[in-house]
Amino acid sequence: MPIFPLSIHDLRFAPDGREVLAGVDLELGEEGITLVLGPNGAGKSVLLRTICGLIEPSAGRMAWGGAGGARPEQGVMMVFQRPMMLRMSVLDNVVLGLKPLGVAGAEQRRRGVEMLERVGLADRAGDSARQLSGGEQQRLALARAWLTKPRLLLLDEPTASLDPSASAAVERIIREIRTDGTRILMVTHNLGQATRLGDDIVFMAGGRVCEHTPVRAFFARPRSEEARLFIQGELPWRMRFQGA
Amino acid sequence: MSAFAATFSDALSLLAHFDHSVLEIVALSLQVSGAAVVLGTLIGLPLGACIAVGRFPGKTTLSVLINGMMGLPSVVVGVVVYLILSRSGPFGALGMLYSPAAMVVAQTLLVVPLMAAITRQVVEDVWARYAEELQVMRFSWWDSVTTLLHDCRHSLVVAVLAGLGRAMSEVGAVMIVGGNIDGATRVMTTAIALETSKGDLALAIALGMVLIVIILALNALAYVLRQWAMRRFG
Repeated sequence: MPIFPLSIHDLRFAPDGREVLAGVDLELGEEGITLVLGPNGAGKSVLLRTICGLIEPSAGRMAWGGAGGARPEQGVMMVFQRPMMLRMSVLDNVVLGLKPLGVAGAEQRRRGVEMLERVGLADRAGDSARQLSGGEQQRLALARAWLTKPRLLLLDEPTASLDPSASAAVERIIREIRTDGTRILMVTHNLGQATRLGDDIVFMAGGRVCEHTPVRAFFARPRSEEARLFIQGELPWRMRFQGA
Repeated sequence: MSAFAATFSDALSLLAHFDHSVLEIVALSLQVSGAAVVLGTLIGLPLGACIAVGRFPGKTTLSVLINGMMGLPSVVVGVVVYLILSRSGPFGALGMLYSPAAMVVAQTLLVVPLMAAITRQVVEDVWARYAEELQVMRFSWWDSVTTLLHDCRHSLVVAVLAGLGRAMSEVGAVMIVGGNIDGATRVMTTAIALETSKGDLALAIALGMVLIVIILALNALAYVLRQWAMRRFG
């Protein structure tokens, strides 16, 4: 079932009457890494959860595959800020996503070992996943998602609270996943990371997409006032005082 | 020597000489309670996990009901099982009344709500953290239940131990459905009650000591295993 282009029109989500998504419009093509930036409470993580079907929107629509298609059963994966680490070995954790796909046990193991080598965790295959460092756990979560060969991978701040070297290792894997043909939509608060990884930026504030532009253009000439202030580091403060 | 000390001395003597009647009663107790806990584990743990993971009308009511049934009076369960298994009851033809099998049924009914309620609480906490990721990976409802049960296995030892404690210390239900028949359905708790009423306190105390040692030993073993598992799997 085709996934791209993914067209999101007037997407709204308002639990308890408070609009977290206030009419999001977004087009995603087949390739690249799109970074979602914005202040806390802008609706970035909610947007990702809505796209992968964890949240039912209050209004609006998502057209998958360009012809108003429904969300595909497979091909969309998400990696969370604090990924799930079951009390099992690293290898058992990495092959977890293959279970619902009906891949046989021996084949799961073969693919899992291969994937752990790609993300530099082969020597930890037999260790408990919970004994890995934060950076290693995030690499494991990325490997788990990658192993299912997703067409669209949603990443919710995968490097939050990681040190620079662990972040660099995660960024390297994200680039490899992209090179492997997976479209990536990633939330981050790290502007440096956005310039290193992103092809384009979706900037959100107040539950809306304020602008969607190539990375260079976004940082050189932000079109919206909110984006300009955000880059300068002022937006969160202004919003707080104006809202009070 | 005071009567108190003499009774204890007699009790220790019974244990030291591996008294046949004591061993027989202990063996039957372990068989009946062990079988009830195995059945309770097979029913209660999946039931608790299903309630935790499932989304269905009446879920809250069912959770409250299961919690409430943790304190089910054992004599009431005994009477109900007695009525079901008695000659005029729906399962009277099975001829199970006054047999160890009837005692297993009664104890299973007592431990299932306890084990299900503890499991529901443990699994629900983990489900709250993992639900989104399992849903994204398209885990079916049943796959989620089995995955979470496996992940919580070390914590669920508590549920099994609680069930075992309840089964081994229970007296009312097994007395009613087992009949406390010497050599056939007499277990530690019913024997203690009978021997105390007869004034044979030595046997009652000997059985009591065995009961306490078994429960303490199982709890200690579970504690050691859990500590090891926490170090190994986190």
